[in-house]
Amino acid sequence: MKYLTKKFCTLIITLLAVSLLSFLAFQIIPGDAAVSRLGTGATQEKAAKLRREMGLDRPVMERYGSWLKDFVQGDMGESYTYSLPVAGMIKEKLPVTLAIAGMSFFFMLAVSIPLGLLAGRYGGRLPDRILTVCNQIVMAVPGFFMGILLTCVFGLVLHWFTPGGYVSYQESPSGFFGYLVFPAIAIALPKCAMGVKLLRSSVIGELQQDYVRTAYSRGNSPRQVLYGHVLKNSLLPVITFWALAIADIMASSMILEQVFTAPGIGTLLVQSISNRDYPVVQAVIVLIAGLVVVINFLVDLLYGVIDPRINMKGEG
Amino acid sequence: MKVRKNYNLILGISLAGVMMVFMLAGLFYTPYDPEAMDQALKFAPASFAHPFGCDQFGRDVFSRVLQGSGTTFFVAAGTLILGGGLGALLGLFTGYFGGWPDELLMRFNDLVAAFPGILLALVFISILGPGKYNVILALGIVFIPSFARIVRSQVIVHKDMDYVKSARLMGCGRMRILFVHILPNIKGTLFSALAIGFNNAVLSEAGMSYLGIGVQPPDASMGRMLSEAQAYIFTAPGSVLFPGLVIILMVLGFGLLSDGCNI
Repeated sequence: MKYLTKKFCTLIITLLAVSLLSFLAFQIIPGDAAVSRLGTGATQEKAAKLRREMGLDRPVMERYGSWLKDFVQGDMGESYTYSLPVAGMIKEKLPVTLAIAGMSFFFMLAVSIPLGLLAGRYGGRLPDRILTVCNQIVMAVPGFFMGILLTCVFGLVLHWFTPGGYVSYQESPSGFFGYLVFPAIAIALPKCAMGVKLLRSSVIGELQQDYVRTAYSRGNSPRQVLYGHVLKNSLLPVITFWALAIADIMASSMILEQVFTAPGIGTLLVQSISNRDYPVVQAVIVLIAGLVVVINFLVDLLYGVIDPRINMKGEG
Repeated sequence: MKVRKNYNLILGISLAGVMMVFMLAGLFYTPYDPEAMDQALKFAPASFAHPFGCDQFGRDVFSRVLQGSGTTFFVAAGTLILGGGLGALLGLFTGYFGGWPDELLMRFNDLVAAFPGILLALVFISILGPGKYNVILALGIVFIPSFARIVRSQVIVHKDMDYVKSARLMGCGRMRILFVHILPNIKGTLFSALAIGFNNAVLSEAGMSYLGIGVQPPDASMGRMLSEAQAYIFTAPGSVLFPGLVIILMVLGFGLLSDGCNI
């Protein structure tokens, strides 16, 4: 219980620090937000009035406080470019990014566990060597180039989907997932390669442990030893990587949405950066960073469930 | 490090070396003007005069890739000098001396780790504006904590080893211990981290330029070329495949190099 309280306090402090950092980063922008919002029609009086309306004349920490309060209550401000509430814009785009990230994560697990076990079991022999070479090559392919290749092969040659023909969930759920599965695969492939590499070395290490010999001597088949004993022990270091990969998947999704013209958070972020629409950029960044912090917290708790020894030490 | 039998290292050095020559050449020389447009050569297939063919404006793809890889090298090298250099120094000092700066650095590290991958670089770009030098600045800042962490963990392992203790007994100063004794002993890890950092810089730059918020014209960039050529993948496959292939070979070479160093 003490462990849980401590972890929870760290979570809150990190969330606060992340939001403060993101907030302060956008305070040092050269130029005045009021002037840039008014554009060419800016006069001294107009700018001063707008500055007061936007609350820019108050001290920084006071503004941070009220911004945070609004943010927690779901009011993320208003877009400069579209004059729409930011929260609504994000809510509309979030499902696309979450669908891509979710599918990508499951694809990564589904591919890297069996292949990692295979490579580890045949360590140094032919299947392992083939997989190692494939891994090196896949890891070198930039995500967006993988996206272009997938569009070319599955979209233009095989016609499994229409490139650029995004279907919303309301129109057709199967079309929605059928379209987004391709960016998800493009994101997942390099992560799969990394996962296979890590699991392979972990399995090879575990196979030399005494408990494996004991398990064999008690008459277990290689299959039973691999799935019943080795798998569970060798997963622990790989889970750390998978947890970090969640954050990476979110970041890669920013780029792959652009390749597949899927209207997700990434597309919104890139547009807003080009338009210098700071309230949107700020909200998206805080949201993603917050999500990553919360996910890391949950993974920490998960460690405790998988390996009870971690809890007893008092710190993870 | 045994160089013989270390096939990753041999292959990595060869491939990375070839790509390095290619990139350095691109900084100074291109066979044609990368910006020169010629309608007669629009979508020209590969030939001896134009080994990678021509793009939708009749520009020579080989020259553009060469110049683009020059830019990529410039950005990646700048990022490593800024991020890797400062990060390694921070890691050396905080790892060796410990205390509150160390604690502060680690907490800051945790904080930065919450912003995945290229996201933090995008924050800086949205504040600084796009462009070659701002990309270097953004990526450099983002890379500092990871280098600091890698070097710090190595320094902590090494500072209690016997060879450091005996150096201390012989009356070496702190700076001499750090830079003459510890630094050469962690060079394997450092090289490996630098090679991985180079790859991350190449991939991040390409990704940012692909999104249109990285390197800006007139500087050529392979990410930007790919996003422009993407629509013509059937009419001029060369203008998509070759920039992609060059990025893959670069990353592959330095990836193998990193694996080879890390033994």
